[in-house]
Amino acid sequence: MKRLLLTAFVAVAPLCAQTYVIQNATVMTVSKGTIKNGSIVVKDGKIAEVGEKVTIPPGAKIIDASNQFVIPGIIDCHSHIGGDGGINEGSTSVSSMVDIKDIINPEDIAIYRALAGGVTTANILHGSANSIGGKTLPLKMRWGKDAQGLIFEGATPGIKFALGENPKRAGNPTGGAVNATARYPATRMGVEDVIRGAFNDAKAYKAEWDEYDAKKARGEQAIPPRKDLQLEALKEVLEGKRYVHVHSYRADEILMMIRIADENGFKVRTFQHVLEGYKVAKEIAAHGAGASTFSDWWSYKVEAFDAIPYNAALMTKKGVLVSLNSDDAELMRHLNTEAGKAMKYGGLTEDEALALVTLNPAKQLGIENRVGSIEVGKDADLVIYDKMPLSAYAKVQKVLIDGTVYFDRDNEVSGRAAKEAEKQKLIDKEKQTQTQQRGPQGGATPRRQQ
Amino acid sequence: MKKLVTALLLCVACALAQNPSAIAIRNAKIVTVSGPVIAKGTVVVRKGLIEAVGENVPVPADAMVVEGEGLTVYPGLIDSLSTVGQPAAATPVTAAAGRGGRGATTPATPATPALAALAATTVVAPVPRGPEDRPQTTSWVKIADEISGTDRRIEPVRSAGFTSVASFPTRGIFAGQGAIVDLISSEKPGEMVMVSPIGQYISVTRAGGFGGGFPSSLMGYIAYIRQLYIDMNYYKTVKDAYAKNPRGMQRPEYDRALEGLLDSPRILLPANRAVEIERMLRLAQELKQPTILYGGRETFRPEAVESLKKYGAPILVSMKWPEKARDTDPDEVDSMRTLETRDKAPSAPGVLAKAGVKFALYSDGLDTARDLQRAVKKAIDMGLSREDALRALTLSPAEIYGIADRVGSIEKGKIGNLVVTRGDIFDDRTKVEAIVVDGRKYTPVVEQPNFGGRGGTPTEGGDYSGGNR
Repeated sequence: MKRLLLTAFVAVAPLCAQTYVIQNATVMTVSKGTIKNGSIVVKDGKIAEVGEKVTIPPGAKIIDASNQFVIPGIIDCHSHIGGDGGINEGSTSVSSMVDIKDIINPEDIAIYRALAGGVTTANILHGSANSIGGKTLPLKMRWGKDAQGLIFEGATPGIKFALGENPKRAGNPTGGAVNATARYPATRMGVEDVIRGAFNDAKAYKAEWDEYDAKKARGEQAIPPRKDLQLEALKEVLEGKRYVHVHSYRADEILMMIRIADENGFKVRTFQHVLEGYKVAKEIAAHGAGASTFSDWWSYKVEAFDAIPYNAALMTKKGVLVSLNSDDAELMRHLNTEAGKAMKYGGLTEDEALALVTLNPAKQLGIENRVGSIEVGKDADLVIYDKMPLSAYAKVQKVLIDGTVYFDRDNEVSGRAAKEAEKQKLIDKEKQTQTQQRGPQGGATPRRQQ
Repeated sequence: MKKLVTALLLCVACALAQNPSAIAIRNAKIVTVSGPVIAKGTVVVRKGLIEAVGENVPVPADAMVVEGEGLTVYPGLIDSLSTVGQPAAATPVTAAAGRGGRGATTPATPATPALAALAATTVVAPVPRGPEDRPQTTSWVKIADEISGTDRRIEPVRSAGFTSVASFPTRGIFAGQGAIVDLISSEKPGEMVMVSPIGQYISVTRAGGFGGGFPSSLMGYIAYIRQLYIDMNYYKTVKDAYAKNPRGMQRPEYDRALEGLLDSPRILLPANRAVEIERMLRLAQELKQPTILYGGRETFRPEAVESLKKYGAPILVSMKWPEKARDTDPDEVDSMRTLETRDKAPSAPGVLAKAGVKFALYSDGLDTARDLQRAVKKAIDMGLSREDALRALTLSPAEIYGIADRVGSIEKGKIGNLVVTRGDIFDDRTKVEAIVVDGRKYTPVVEQPNFGGRGGTPTEGGDYSGGNR
């Protein structure tokens, strides 16, 4: 019953989202500086007013954030949480027919934990097993909603590409599978060939459809071409309807990818990981691609050695739009401190550092009109910290998405005992039933009197 | 030697099927399911059909009379998802949907000899690179062609009160087309098949083990299923255009995988968790195929019921209620969700009945009277009414498969499938006295132990847990 009520509550919550006023906080807007002792009015899921003085709407609930800090919800440009049944379709080098959208798992506890770390939006990517991976999309961490309820409405979908050791399978061409045939490609040359080949096919496929569309427009009768899900996704890339996120490490392969994109007339939206990005920052910026990297995570494989903690700052200074991502359910929970490291290594300002995990990833995902900074009219995706958010001492107190509180530290901590008790009750009940069924000796089923 | 004796005994048992011109069960309590219960009445079955039913029905002179005093007559039970009738199908049908689905991933053995041969040939076949290679698809297989009376499970299953099963091939992604099979012991398999095809069995778990080709992830399976239906529609468009005017048009190729999909009146999709139910219903809507879900472990959850109501799809609920695995690490604690599911799963049928969702129960490999009674009893103890329990094993599956005009209730003109018991059918002290299938009367293969033993059957212990352990 309690669960039913809870579900019901979550279901109706957005319809009549509470009006909130967050008061007396240090508001770090990211786009428009920091307001000491500022307030934010949240109404109908949007930010209605920001400033030192705001009008408090009637019926608004006051959240007193004295001595606390508010930042826009953190956006992780590279995550693999919240999926069912594997995030790699590793059986083929071009798996553009598969879609993360089909396997969203709203029950994944990593969503709640990310939320507790201040993340409100995450770009859920296919894995990096294939030169051309699966279709991807950003999700909002609306814990408690169903799969469809997590989808970031209206966001441009993406596709994952991958270069280097993973798609070439680092000298293990069967990917560890027994009795399996080796998969092409096994070298960086091969990866390039696979991507180029796929776009040759996609262009032929697009031409076929364009011809059909033209015939139809002229009013001629024609049977449409066969729809091919694998090439359809690449056709969307060629048409600019789908963003390309490229897993990459080495400078040479980054340049290679830029050449393929230029030849085929599409843009790389972001280079992911891009640990050697500082070497080719000028070229990345000239292509118009973003870069989503790690603060100081490297040396986990051969292509990830030539890395420096100054990568994010250096690329930023060369005019690349840079974000920091997690690629990991644990790292995802403290992206705020990852951003802070860019102040030490490279001397970014507070705003620049914070932008690495808020406004910049929003721009990379094409959702900056909705999220990424605290501005009037944007989604009320807000995180309240007890201390300076870029500090390792800061703890998330509350997280709002679309003006609804999805995480509240006080409720979480105070609710733990009750949850634990409820769980223990079920464990005890099960034990009891098992003992009854198996008899005191845990042996054969006891016979009853005939 | 023991095997031989058993086989001989079975032959004798087969021969015991009585085939009089008519059977009349009189003075029995009759639970018609479609209408009110007749406290004391008569059912007459002739030439395989129910000729008459009611309080004051005269007993025909040529009928074999069964004195029904103290007995209850029910419509024959229907197992809505099964592999019975396929001698080679040794393992039960399971609904494991995706890696996240906890438990129940039984490596299926080939469902039929034909499929076994096919599996053998796929070893040398090239690794599939994408949907166009049609991996793990035998959509054209009609299980009706593989049905045989030699399946040793027919007898014990019938003795538990089942007169019909929806028998499906289960190997692969598009496993093939099922049939409604009447559990008569016949040398002519054709006599056993009531309706074929009744639907395409689809699964999203790997049958071939680790390695191999596309697909290898849940999203791969879904993309594969989606592409095949896109291809089916395209195939149909081209074929129709060619049939209309073949002159000057390139001849379309014959594609048996797509023919198999076109032949199937509906699809069966696996879904246990609430999220899987929502996911599969969305997919079904996109595919525009009439759909039955199977599995249903989390249908006690309000959000699952909500999805089923929203899409109006029926669901087959497995009666193999989830249990804690016996050899788990005692220190390992399951998640709250898993604990809840194990605690509440048997309440699902009651929840579905109250919500007005169309559902049926299926045995999921439970094939002794004792185990089935216990499973149904558990659902009844957790809120399912006896009437709804009976319906979920008779008229509801008949409605779901569109055969309610011939089976599922005791009505004049329907097929003569009945089960006669002493006591309420779902009580654990109840004894099945007789089973009538297509008008042929069978006695249960052995006297079921009233209680205690774990559903003993006299056949070999391999398939069933015979005797006491």
